[in-house]
Amino acid sequence: MAKITIGKAINAGLRRAMERDPKVVVMGEDIGKLGGVFRVTENLQKDFGEDRIIDTPLAESGIVGTAIGMALRGYRPVVEIQFDGFVYPAFSQITCQVAKMHARSLGKIRLPMVIRIPVGGGIGAVEHHSESNEAYFAHTAGLRVVACSNPEDAYWMIQQAVESDDPIIFYEPKRRYHEKGELDLTATAAPRPLFTATIARPGEQVTLASYGPMLKVCLQAAAAAAEEGKSVEVIDLRSLSPLDLDALATSVEKTGRLVVAHEASTFLGMGAEIAAAIQQRCFHHLESPVIRVGGYNLPYPPSRLEEEFLPDLDRVLDGVDRALAY
Amino acid sequence: MSDKEVAVPPEADHAAAVAALIAPVPEIIGGAEFVQLLTPEGERVEHPEYSRYIADLTDDDLRGFYRDQVLIRRFDAEATALQRQGELGLWASLLGQEAAQVGSARAMRSQDYAFPTYREHGVAWCRGVNPLNLLGMFRGVNHGGWDPNENNFHLYTVVIGAQTLHAVGYAMGIQHDHAVGTGDPDRDAAVIAYFGDGASAQGDVNESFVYAASTNAPVVFFCQNNQWAISQPVERQTRIPLYQRARGFGFPGVRVDGNDVLAVYAVTKAAMNAARSGQGPMLIEAYTYRMGAHTTSDDPTKYRISAEVEVWKLRDPIARLKAYLTSSRKADPAFFDAVEVEADELAVTIRDGCLSMPDPELMSMFDNIYVEDHPLIEAERAGFAAYTASFEGEH
Repeated sequence: MAKITIGKAINAGLRRAMERDPKVVVMGEDIGKLGGVFRVTENLQKDFGEDRIIDTPLAESGIVGTAIGMALRGYRPVVEIQFDGFVYPAFSQITCQVAKMHARSLGKIRLPMVIRIPVGGGIGAVEHHSESNEAYFAHTAGLRVVACSNPEDAYWMIQQAVESDDPIIFYEPKRRYHEKGELDLTATAAPRPLFTATIARPGEQVTLASYGPMLKVCLQAAAAAAEEGKSVEVIDLRSLSPLDLDALATSVEKTGRLVVAHEASTFLGMGAEIAAAIQQRCFHHLESPVIRVGGYNLPYPPSRLEEEFLPDLDRVLDGVDRALAY
Repeated sequence: MSDKEVAVPPEADHAAAVAALIAPVPEIIGGAEFVQLLTPEGERVEHPEYSRYIADLTDDDLRGFYRDQVLIRRFDAEATALQRQGELGLWASLLGQEAAQVGSARAMRSQDYAFPTYREHGVAWCRGVNPLNLLGMFRGVNHGGWDPNENNFHLYTVVIGAQTLHAVGYAMGIQHDHAVGTGDPDRDAAVIAYFGDGASAQGDVNESFVYAASTNAPVVFFCQNNQWAISQPVERQTRIPLYQRARGFGFPGVRVDGNDVLAVYAVTKAAMNAARSGQGPMLIEAYTYRMGAHTTSDDPTKYRISAEVEVWKLRDPIARLKAYLTSSRKADPAFFDAVEVEADELAVTIRDGCLSMPDPELMSMFDNIYVEDHPLIEAERAGFAAYTASFEGEH
C-alpha cells in the first residue's frame, strides 16, 4: 500500500491501460511534454511516445471528432478535455456523434472512447474553469458517465473505463487532484465493477448520496453529524449513468431519508433525477422528502464568492437536519 | 428521369440564349486553375498536369463511368418519386452531381475509406453499398442500414461537416497503422471526406483542415460546391473560391469541373495517390450544381431563377460523356440502350424493395444503445413490453 494522489492514481491507471493494450491512445491539449495542465499525463509521452500521447491542436470539437475517427479505425482513444467549461465546443460531437454511433449503425460500430474531464470548482479559477456539467451527458442516451472521488477509484475506474466498449464521460474531481489516499499498486483486479455505487461510510438514520469532489465534504459532514449523535450513511454514487439505484434504494429503505449533494445547480441536476427515482422506488420507506443540496441556479460566480456558492459542510449538515426534522 | 431529358436541343437553344444573359462563366469558375478534360460539348481537352491520370482508363472504364451515372440518376429519380408518393419521408437528390460522385469514388482503392454527407448516393453505389439500403433512413426504418466496414463507406452524416473530423481521425489511424507511404499499393490507404459549399462555413470543417495539416494525415477533402446551401448561394459562405482556402491551411487546393467525370477522376486519383504516399491532405473543390431542390421539402423557385438552372443543364455530366463516347466511337447505340434498360430494371427493383421494406420491430428501438447492458434501458425495455402486452386481445 502506498499513499498516492488522485492525479497520480489516474496517471498510473492510464499507464497500466496503455501497457495492456497497444490500441489505447491519449489525445488532448498540452498532455505531452507538459503532462497536462494538472500533470495527470506526466511522463507518459516520454515512455509511450508521441504516437500514443498525442498533443492536439487547440480545438475541442476537433479532439473529439478525430478521436471518433481513430476509434472507427480500431483505436481506443482517451480524450482529455482541459477544463469542464471547454467541453462545450465538443458538445455536438459528443451528443450527436459519439453517443449515437452504436445505435445508428444498428450495433455494427463501437466507439470505445473515454472523455476525461476535470470537473467542479473550489480552485479560485477564472470563469469557465469550475463547471459541473454532468447532467447534460447523463441525460444523453448512449453515453455512460462516471465520477471518481478517491485515489483507489481513480486508478481502477480509469482502467475499467478504457476497457469498456461503450463511450464514457470520466469526471475527475479537480480540486481533489492533489489529495492522497491509500492505493495498492500491486493489486491485479479491480475491487468492484465500474457502474456501481459504494457505501463510503455506513450509517443508520439518513442516506447522504454524492459523488466526485463533493464526496469528501459529505464524509466530513457525516463525521460532524456523528459527534451530534446523528448516524449518516454516505453513498458514493461513482456512476451517474447508469445510476446504481439498487444500492441507493437498499440504503434508503434502511434509513428512510435521503439527501443528495452535488456542486452542480440543483434544477434538473442529478439530485432531481435521483429524488424522482427514489420516491418511486422507496415511497413507503421514506420518512421525509428527498432533500437536494447543490450549487445555486446561477452561472458559476466569481471565485471570491465560490465558497458560498458551493455546498460546504454546513449546508450539507443543514440538509441532513432538514431530512431528520420530519 | 433519364439523361435524354436533360440538355438536348431544342432546349439547348433557349438555354444558350439565357446563358448569354448570365455572368461570364470561365472567369467565375477559376480560369486557368479550373481542371477540365471534357468540355460540356463532350470534347476531350488536355491538361498539362492531370491528363496523365486518365491515360490508363480503358474504354470499359469509360463506359462504366457512364453506366454508373445513368443508373444512379435513375435510382435518384425513383427515390424522388417514392417520396412524392409518400413512401419516403424525405429525399436528398444528387441530380446534377453524378460526375463529381462517380469520378471521385472510382478513384478510390478498396482499402480507402469514404466519409459521406447524406447526398453521396453515387459514391455509395460505386463503393458497392446496396442502393436499397440508402432509402432506409429516408423511409424512417433506420438511421443507416449498412455496415460501414463492409465497403469502407461510413454512414451518412446529417450534422453538417461533422464527418470531416471523423475522416481526419480515421486518416490519423491509418498513419498509426503505418499504412501510408510504404509503397505497397495494397497497404497504403487514404480517406476521402465529402462535404459541401455550405459546410465550408462550419467550425468542424475548418478544424478538420487544421488537424489534417497538423498531422499530415492522408485525407482528401472533397467539396462538392453545388452553388446552393438550401437557399443561400455560395457567395454567402465565402468571398474567395473555396479551393483557395486550402492554401491558408497549408496544403494544396484545386478546382475541378465537377460535371466532368474524367477531370474529377483524374484530380481525385492524383490527390489520393499523394495522400497514400505520405504527402498529406489536399482540398478538391468540385464545381457543380444542385439541379434539384435541397431535399424534397425544399422549393428552390423561391430563391433562384430558372435561367440559372437552364445554363447548368448545358453542362450536364451525363450528356457530355455520352457525346464523347459517341464521337470517339467508344460506345454504340446498343450500349446506351442496354444501360437504359438496366436503369429501368434497377428502378423497378428499388421500388419493389422500398415498398416491401419492413418496418422495424417495435422492441428494436431499445437495441444497441449500449454495447453492455444498461439498467435504465433494460428497465424501460421490460416496461414497454409489459405495456404493449397489456393491449393484447383488444382491437
